[in-house]
Amino acid sequence: MLSLDGLEMIAVLVVMGLFIKVLEQFGMFEPVGGEDSIEDDFELSTVCHRPESMDKLQEQTKFTKKELQVLYRGFKNECPSGVVNEENFKTIYSQFFPQGDSSMYAHFLFEAFDTDKNGSVSFEDFVFGLSIILRGTINDRLNWAFNLYDLNKDGCITKEEMLDIMKSIYDMMGKCTYPNMQDEAPREHVENFFQKMDRNKDGVVTIEEFIESCQKDENIMQSMQLFDNVI
Amino acid sequence: MAGVSAWLPFARAAAIGWMPVANGPMPVAPRDHSKRKDELIVLNVSGRRFQTWRTTLDRYPDSLLGSSEKEFFFNEETKEYFFDRDPDSFRSILNFYRTGKLHYPRYECISAYDEELAFFGIIPEIIGDCCYEEYKDRKRENVERLQDDQEENKDLKLPNMTARETMWRAFENPHTSTMALVFYYVTGFFIAISVLTNVVETVPCGTSTQQKEVPCGERYTVAFFCMDTACVMIFTVEYLMRLFAAPSRYHFMRSVMSIIDVVAILPYYIGLVMTDNEDVSGAFVTLRVFRVFRIFKFSRHSQGLRILGYTLKSCASELGFLLFSLTMAIIIFATVMFYAEKGSSSTKFTSIPASFWYTIVTMTTLGYGDMVPKTIAGKIFGSICSLSGVLVIALPVPVIVSNFSRIYHQNQRADKRRAQKVQKARLARIRIAKTGSTNAFLQSKRSGLLDELLELTGTEADEQKLSKSVSLLESQHYHLLYCLEKTTAHEFVDEQAFEQNNLETALQSYTSPSPSPSSSHGESTSTCCGCRARRKNTPPYHHHHPQRGPLQELSAIHIQCVDPASHKTSRSSLNQKAEDGGRVNCRRGQVTTAIISLQTPPRRPPPPPIPPQAPPSIQTMSSSHIVKVSAL
Repeated sequence: MLSLDGLEMIAVLVVMGLFIKVLEQFGMFEPVGGEDSIEDDFELSTVCHRPESMDKLQEQTKFTKKELQVLYRGFKNECPSGVVNEENFKTIYSQFFPQGDSSMYAHFLFEAFDTDKNGSVSFEDFVFGLSIILRGTINDRLNWAFNLYDLNKDGCITKEEMLDIMKSIYDMMGKCTYPNMQDEAPREHVENFFQKMDRNKDGVVTIEEFIESCQKDENIMQSMQLFDNVI
Repeated sequence: MAGVSAWLPFARAAAIGWMPVANGPMPVAPRDHSKRKDELIVLNVSGRRFQTWRTTLDRYPDSLLGSSEKEFFFNEETKEYFFDRDPDSFRSILNFYRTGKLHYPRYECISAYDEELAFFGIIPEIIGDCCYEEYKDRKRENVERLQDDQEENKDLKLPNMTARETMWRAFENPHTSTMALVFYYVTGFFIAISVLTNVVETVPCGTSTQQKEVPCGERYTVAFFCMDTACVMIFTVEYLMRLFAAPSRYHFMRSVMSIIDVVAILPYYIGLVMTDNEDVSGAFVTLRVFRVFRIFKFSRHSQGLRILGYTLKSCASELGFLLFSLTMAIIIFATVMFYAEKGSSSTKFTSIPASFWYTIVTMTTLGYGDMVPKTIAGKIFGSICSLSGVLVIALPVPVIVSNFSRIYHQNQRADKRRAQKVQKARLARIRIAKTGSTNAFLQSKRSGLLDELLELTGTEADEQKLSKSVSLLESQHYHLLYCLEKTTAHEFVDEQAFEQNNLETALQSYTSPSPSPSSSHGESTSTCCGCRARRKNTPPYHHHHPQRGPLQELSAIHIQCVDPASHKTSRSSLNQKAEDGGRVNCRRGQVTTAIISLQTPPRRPPPPPIPPQAPPSIQTMSSSHIVKVSAL
């Protein structure tokens, strides 16, 4: 009946659209689809993790009750939800190294602590790791260090992996060092390391080579025990 | 930040990862000799006990609680740390240690909070982001308020102001002197006259000989010209005087008000120069438009106008947004209307710029009706246009309004005239309270002397009656003031006695022998007692000389410097209760009310300048060696 021109058609459509919006406002018209997804996001952030009881932890680690208490209080204070995710971990660790960039090394540390590979470090992981480092035997500690360096966890350290680790350690120093940081420094250091550690010169360091070489080095043996009294 | 100390052990432990790659030996780790077990410490703040771990407090070693400074507050008997501070504020401070974030409680007074932070050695800059805005706002408000109160002092006439400075002060603050006020009103009057003449000039003023309506300006040309000239003269003189008196001429010339002044008077001068040039007469007419700028000169006289201008300046971003969004909407709707109405015949919407007029009129809900859409689409879009216009304009307006209201109220509060009175009343009340304490001191001095008086002559009952019960604190305070008196060999008296003495020494340098107690004056020191007593012991001296040193104002302590030799002997023994026993000759009953200057006892004639045995006259002594303290 009504022959509508182009613009009139548009005008009519606009009016109809506004009408629908008004009806929506009055709640008489539920639009199809578009569930509110915002509420879902709130759910995830309230995940809370509770560690196992202190007695069990005491059995499994070599810390005393008091030490566990101190550790947990510090942990819970910083991470009220009970777990640390990688971002938080990096933030915390970077507070100690304001001059350089510690994110890479923190990432490797996170990987080393996150033994069950679920992307977050719970208190148990945290305490287990610390227990090895601080209360374990020298061999345990060396094992732990090897685990840290072995990025793909295949049992041997390649030059590339070592280079990554070395670079991350040097990154923590930052730009302002004396003497000036050379770009070649990590690589040289890696060469030194492999010279010392790689017995059979096959380009990779296995766990046995690693432990053997470290046990031969007095400095390393001494420094592994440096942090016994940290807790 | 709290994480730092709690996670430091972890970070150190994780350093084991560097050990195997290190090339040399590591430095020795620091030993924690005081291997304290983590213990709970109790912080008692005004009775409310807070408990926390020692390590929590150790997180921030550069604050009071984290350092050894808190040992000063350790209470041995109760084995807790006692702080005599506000427990409510302490809550947020302790939470800072616990969570690492300092929060500012909104109910707290800003300066009280600042003091607490300063006491506990925490800098306010580390207030967390959640509360920092609020803190900064409150702080700024407080500072502004204090500044406003201090601006009162600007009006005080400092001594030694040059003519130029006086003139500038008169210009800026008209209520400081009558001259300035007169000038203020005269200029205001002339501005009004000038604006009025500009307006009346254009009113049709009856018919001329040609039966045509003529504006008044053309009918009474000379009159209006004279009026204009007079006004411009006044304005020019005013401008030149301001320019002369301005402390920084360059600054003054750049200020808005001076630009307005210049713009107000310039058209006249330009008109004088170019009256006979026909080509530029069109521009000349335009220049007359600028005469209307004289009305802006009123902003010196009206605070509201200044505030309006200031508000518009400070809301520049909101105004800019308003303008921008309006422009956008106008262009959109104009385009739509043009194309919608293109089809209809004899339409007024001849082009998009022509549609601008319709859009503006519709969006601001004016609706003149000179351009009306005829097609259905045009009508639909036109109604949408008017609805959206209301919204777009209504949004930034409240922001501007609230800004204006805030600034206006601030200025109302800082209204100098009102605040001056209030401030004066406030200061007067403070002064009364302080003189209350001064008087208490003086009274106790007298009663102290009276006590000895009565010791020797009166009865026990009298003594007990008269001795006031002065608290230990007060007596210690008074002792301190005594010591000061003795040190400086001056004495405290109250204001009235001081004024009185000044007056009298001005009138007569030597006192009359008759003691005339003008008991109307308030308390005064019983200097008579002192000098009388001293008279017996000390060698004679010549009393005062009318000379008086420069009167120095030392934050309410007025010291009249005289011959130091004389006052050492005169005043020093005033309060020596131990030595002088002969003081009892003071007039007993009237000690409390008699005025200093006239307490000369009957038997003491006024001494000539260097009398070998003549005793010093009380009046002179008291007048010349007076230390007035109005604020203790």
